[in-house]
Amino acid sequence: MPKLLEVENLRTQFHTTEGTVKAVDGITYDVSEGETVAIVGESGCGKSVGAMSILRLIPHPPGEILEGSRILFGGKDLLAMGDEEIRHVRGGRISMVFQEPMTSLNPVLTIGLQLTETMMLHLGLGQPEADRRAVELLGMVGIGEPERRLKQYPHHFSGGMRQRVMIALALSCNPRLIIADEPTTALDVTIQAQILELMRNLTKQMGVALIVITHNLGVVARYAERVIVMYAGKIVESGTADQIYHNPRHPYTIGLLNSVPRMDLRQGGKRLVPIEGQPPDLTRLDGGCSYRPRCRWAVEACARSIPALEAVGDGQIAACFRAGERALDLEREFDLDEASGA
Amino acid sequence: MYQYVVKRLLLMIPTLIGAALLVFFLLRLLPGDVCEVRLAGTGLFASQEDIDICRKELGLDDSLYEQFIAFAGGYFTGDLGKSMWTGQPVVHEIQVRFKLSLQLAIMSTLVAVIIALPLGIVSAVKQNTWIDYLVRAFSIAGIGIPSFWLGIMIILGLLIITQAWFGAGWMPPINYVSPFEDPIGNLAQLIWPALATGYRYSAVATRMTRSAMLEVLREDYVRTARAKGLIERVVINRHALKNALLPVVTIIAIEFAFLIGGLVVTEQVFNLNGLGKLFVDSVGNQDFALTQHLVMLVVLIFVMTNLVVDILYAWLDPRIRYS
Repeated sequence: MPKLLEVENLRTQFHTTEGTVKAVDGITYDVSEGETVAIVGESGCGKSVGAMSILRLIPHPPGEILEGSRILFGGKDLLAMGDEEIRHVRGGRISMVFQEPMTSLNPVLTIGLQLTETMMLHLGLGQPEADRRAVELLGMVGIGEPERRLKQYPHHFSGGMRQRVMIALALSCNPRLIIADEPTTALDVTIQAQILELMRNLTKQMGVALIVITHNLGVVARYAERVIVMYAGKIVESGTADQIYHNPRHPYTIGLLNSVPRMDLRQGGKRLVPIEGQPPDLTRLDGGCSYRPRCRWAVEACARSIPALEAVGDGQIAACFRAGERALDLEREFDLDEASGA
Repeated sequence: MYQYVVKRLLLMIPTLIGAALLVFFLLRLLPGDVCEVRLAGTGLFASQEDIDICRKELGLDDSLYEQFIAFAGGYFTGDLGKSMWTGQPVVHEIQVRFKLSLQLAIMSTLVAVIIALPLGIVSAVKQNTWIDYLVRAFSIAGIGIPSFWLGIMIILGLLIITQAWFGAGWMPPINYVSPFEDPIGNLAQLIWPALATGYRYSAVATRMTRSAMLEVLREDYVRTARAKGLIERVVINRHALKNALLPVVTIIAIEFAFLIGGLVVTEQVFNLNGLGKLFVDSVGNQDFALTQHLVMLVVLIFVMTNLVVDILYAWLDPRIRYS
């Protein structure tokens, strides 16, 4: 598959009164045509800022995407585009689904207007065709009586329904890539699976690439082909979903996996193991591994320099000095916990 | 919606009755009356007899009950009585001045909206740039500068400029002419006070527009609108502005209702024969008959303005639906 999106050394910072926040600090990854990639990490690790940077939706000031960052989309650098050019990409070639369906739609405009204005802009449709397509789209995302629904306002829709509208909106202009920023976090658990299922089916059906941002590894287990794990603005591990789940090499990935409730035999009634402590203050990063204070495998070397991403398997990379050691195995950690009486 | 408006109109009746009772009795609590003021004004000795005759003539010696009926009953018979000071019919006294005051209030509001909306929006969109600083300085100055002082400056400025350019000083005309008969003469008189009060009024509205816009611009749906690739103008005008207008409409409406009877000093400066001056004079003269009808007029304007604001709310925000 040809590469659709190539993010190279993306660095996004926020200049605040407390100092410069290195929200995204040199991340590099790519997404192929039609591929589903998950970006995982705790709140505040730079996932959303990284995604928002792709469409240059970072408010400036205080935000700034640093020189030297490149985001190639179909071979063209989004960061070098003029305002007019990037506007055509937004919503047209790359669209977004946001975390908060309750506030992401404009409360004083009808659903119909919010759907059709994008299509009239990017596809050059007239009002009647745009209306027809809006009805079609609402039907596709599973909203009943679409004609009537078009005339309604967001407050007539439940959270799950609004997220379906957002998905319809994202799909409306036949994009090549959809970025979904925690699309199910704000929804009821019963709805989460439905929405993810819907997104997967529609993107597969239309051959659209998808970046799903989430803090829940369990959520993406079934949907993503590749997983990127971020911590403190950096990528700490990435690989295929299979590799990340069955052979995680970075202590943070292991910590995340251990904090996901699992129904399979492997955990078998064991208690969830949280990652102790907080993510670091992004204005005060030192020259060592930023996960070090929370890492139970930290050694002296971790304080001296930042570990680089290195290959640890077929296409799998991890940024840990001890990634190759047997000590980091998942099984081993459960043993450790049992030994310590957890 | 239609039902709601009818209901609101009916609800105005108890409000007006309450206001009528309140203004009537509060006025009677004032020490003295119009007869004492009038006779004291002559500077001559006034005997108790003279005062009694005067009171009898004006009906001030009737029981409070009879006086109230005479006052409130006027709204049903259409006869609002006569001013106790000038002896002219109240309707006549109010009518000539109301036209001017209403027109001035409308023009000031227009001036304020024309200044406030664009400036407030630009200032919010360009937050913390020199444009924003300039707009903020302009609006702070508007709040700080009293409109009567600005009025004096405008008159002096007009005099000096016309003197310098045309060799003869020009001042706004003093007599009110209807805008339908002589629009130019009408504007020549009223545009200046409208600018003076409109500027102050716009300052408050500009700041409100700016802060409401700043709040709305941070909303998720504005980010969505940008992520859809909309032109910035559409993002601001269609997606942000409509959400930001609610508090602005409220401020503008309150100010508008206030302007109808509240422009006392500005009227003095521009020598306008408006309701503000009439109001102050009627209270000073203890002209109960005129004062109570004037208060009722202002109450009515406030109540009506509130109704219009509530209807505007429902139009601006579909989440507000009255039933």
